Amino acid sequence: MKIEGKQALWKDYQKEIADDNYFYVRSCIRQSFFPGSETAFLNIMRQDLGKDVYEHPCHTTCTGIGYHSDIVPLETTMTVVARQFALMTEAGYKNYVPSCVTSFGLYTEILDIWHHFPETLAKTRENLKKATGREFQIPENLAHASDIIYKFRKEIAAKAKYKLINKSTNQPIKVVEHIGCHYSKMFPSKGVGGAEYPYVLVGMIEEWGGEVIDYPERRHCCGFGFRQYLVQANRGYSIACSHKKFESMQPFKPDLILTNCPGCPMFLDKWQYAIAEMEGKTYGENGQGIPVFTYEELAGLVLGYNPWDLGVQLHQVSCEPLLDKIGIPYDADKKYEGINGQKLGIPEMPLTLKCC
Amino acid sequence: MAKKVVVIGGGIAGMESSAYLAEMGYDVTLLEKENSLGGHLRNWERLFPTMRLGQEVLDFLKLGIETKVNVIRNANILKINRIDKRFQIELERGASFNADALLITTGYDLFDATKKEEYGYGIYDNVITSAELEKMFMEGKSILTPTGKIPKKIGLIHCVGSRDEKVGHVYCSKVCCVTAVKQAIELKEKLSAVEIYCFYMDMRMYGMHFESLYKEAQEKHAINFIRGRLSEACENQDQSILIKVEDTLAGRPLKLSVDLLVLMVGFIPSKGTKEIGKLMELEFGTNGFYKTKDQHTLTNVSNIPGVFFAGSCTGPKTITNTVTDARAAVTTVASYLEGYNLEIRTKAFFQ
Repeated sequence: MKIEGKQALWKDYQKEIADDNYFYVRSCIRQSFFPGSETAFLNIMRQDLGKDVYEHPCHTTCTGIGYHSDIVPLETTMTVVARQFALMTEAGYKNYVPSCVTSFGLYTEILDIWHHFPETLAKTRENLKKATGREFQIPENLAHASDIIYKFRKEIAAKAKYKLINKSTNQPIKVVEHIGCHYSKMFPSKGVGGAEYPYVLVGMIEEWGGEVIDYPERRHCCGFGFRQYLVQANRGYSIACSHKKFESMQPFKPDLILTNCPGCPMFLDKWQYAIAEMEGKTYGENGQGIPVFTYEELAGLVLGYNPWDLGVQLHQVSCEPLLDKIGIPYDADKKYEGINGQKLGIPEMPLTLKCC
Repeated sequence: MAKKVVVIGGGIAGMESSAYLAEMGYDVTLLEKENSLGGHLRNWERLFPTMRLGQEVLDFLKLGIETKVNVIRNANILKINRIDKRFQIELERGASFNADALLITTGYDLFDATKKEEYGYGIYDNVITSAELEKMFMEGKSILTPTGKIPKKIGLIHCVGSRDEKVGHVYCSKVCCVTAVKQAIELKEKLSAVEIYCFYMDMRMYGMHFESLYKEAQEKHAINFIRGRLSEACENQDQSILIKVEDTLAGRPLKLSVDLLVLMVGFIPSKGTKEIGKLMELEFGTNGFYKTKDQHTLTNVSNIPGVFFAGSCTGPKTITNTVTDARAAVTTVASYLEGYNLEIRTKAFFQ
C-alpha cells in the first residue's frame, strides 16, 4: 500500500465546510439505533467546540428511505426537502447539516438536479408555496455531520483525554472505517476524500492516534442497502453482505469498526449476533465481536465522555474490551441505568457471541 | 532555394515524415523537446504482431534522418508567428527557424491510470500499467511483482482510460487489445506456469495478423480471455490484488485474486499537442486530439493554411498506421508547397 497515492487523491477531494452556525437535522432512525450519538454531536459542538447549532422542532423525514425504496416519488421528495430548507431559511441559517448519510446524499442529489434543471427548482418552489405557503433559500453550505467532526478533528484531538492507543502494547488501535454508500458514491466530489478512498473517517482516526486498516471488501455495502433489508424476503442478501465484510476484515484483526451512516453501525453490530447464532462464528477476540461505533461516539470517548452517556451500552457487540484496551474508565454497575438512575434491567446474553 | 519545412515532434511520425521530405529536396528541421528521438517507441521492447524489436524500427527511422535533416533536440518552443505565408518558430533558448510549412507530429501521452481510482494504481503496489510491464521486458530481468514475488496469476485489464465516459474518453485507443495479447504471450513465454486472465470489453483485432495472434494466445498459450469490465481492485493481506469483474458472457459476477494486475492504458492527447495547439490556435476535435479539416479527404490538413498533422496527434494509431500517415502527410505538405490546391475537391463535394 502506497499511502502517498491515497494522499494525492485526498488532495483532489476537499470540500468547503462551514465553520459555525449550523442548522442540524436529525436522522429518522439513528435515535432508535444509537440513541446517544446525535446528543453527543450537539454536546461536542456546543460545549466542547463552542459552536452554534440549531435544531428545528418541525423538521421531518427527508423521505430518503422511501425514495430509495421506490415508495415516495421524486417530486414529493423534492417538496419535502424544500420544506426543510424553508425551516432553515425561516430560522435565519444558511449552513445545513444532516445527521443521516442518506439524507446528505439525497440533499446533494436534489441540489444537483435543481442546479441543472432550474425549471424543476421553480416547480418545487411553486409546489411548496401551494402546499405550505413557505418559501426557501438554497443552503450556502451543505455538509454531513461527519464532515463537521472531521473539520474539527484537530480541535477534538487537542482536547482529548484519551488517544486511540492500546495501553498494554502502546500500539495504535486498529480501525476499520466504513462509509455509508450515499455519502460520496453518488457524488464523489461532495465527500471528503472522494468515493473510492474516503478520508472523512480516516482523518479522525489518524488524528486521534489510531491506525486505519484497508481490507478487500472495504467498499462493500454494510448490508442495509434499503431493499435488501426492507423487503423481508431479501434479508438473506443483507446478512450475506455483512458476512462478506466480516470475513474480509477479520484477518486484519481490527479493534473496532467506525461508521458514519445510520444503517451501517446497526447492521454491522447486530448481524454479528445473528451470524454467531446461525454459523457459530464470531469475529472479535475471545469469542466476542468487533465493536462498532459511530463517529460521535468515538469523538465522545476520546474527549472523555462517560461511555454510558454516549449510549454504547446499547450496542449488541460489547464495547468494554475496547474501553479496556484504551484505558477508558466505566462503571459496570451503571451500564443499564437510565438517566435518572433507574435500573432498566439486564438484557439476556446471547449463547454464542460473548458479551459483557 | 529549397523550401523549408519545420516538423514539430521527433517520434515515429516526425522522423519518418522528415526523412521523406528531406529526400524530396526540402530543407527540413525536426524539433524534439526531449534529448532523444523516437518518442514512445523507445519504451517498447517488442512490437505486435511480428514481435520485431522496437529498437530495429527505431534504427530504421534514425537512418532516414541521419544526413539530410537538421535535428534540434531539447527544443522548447516559445512562439510561432505567421507572417504572410511563412512561419517563424522561436525556441526558449533563443534560436529561431523559418518555415514555408509546418508539420505537427506531437503524438500522444499515455492515460494516467490513477484517474481510474477504483483500479488502485498508485495505491496498491502490485497494480502496474502496460508501459511498466514493457519496461520490465526491456530491462530483461526476471518477471517479478513489485513486491518481489514470481507471479502465479496475472490479470490484464483492457480499455483503461479508453471507451470510458467516466474519465471523459469515449474513443477506442486501438492498440491496447493487441498489446494485451502480445504482452500476455510474452509473459507466458517467460513464466510458463503463470495463469493469465485478460478482461476485455470487445476484442478489437482489426489489423492484419492481429486475429491470428489472438488465436495463438488462446490455443498455444492457454491465455484466458474473459469479457467483462473491472469494477474494482482491492489489496489482499498478502498484497495480491482482489479483482471484481462481471463476466458479461456468462452473466455472472466474478471475483479473482491475482499476484499482478496490469492496466492497459490508452492514448490521450499529449501535453505537447495541447501546448502547440493553444499557441497556434489550432482546432481540437471533441476528443481533444487535433481536428483535421475533413475526416475522409483532408486527414493531414489543419485549420491553418500551411500547417499539417501526422501521426497520433490526430487520434490513436498503430506504428504501421503512423508510418503510413506520416508518408501521407509528406504528400500533402509537398503538394501544398508546390501550389496544389488541397481543398478544392473536398469543398466541391462536401462543403
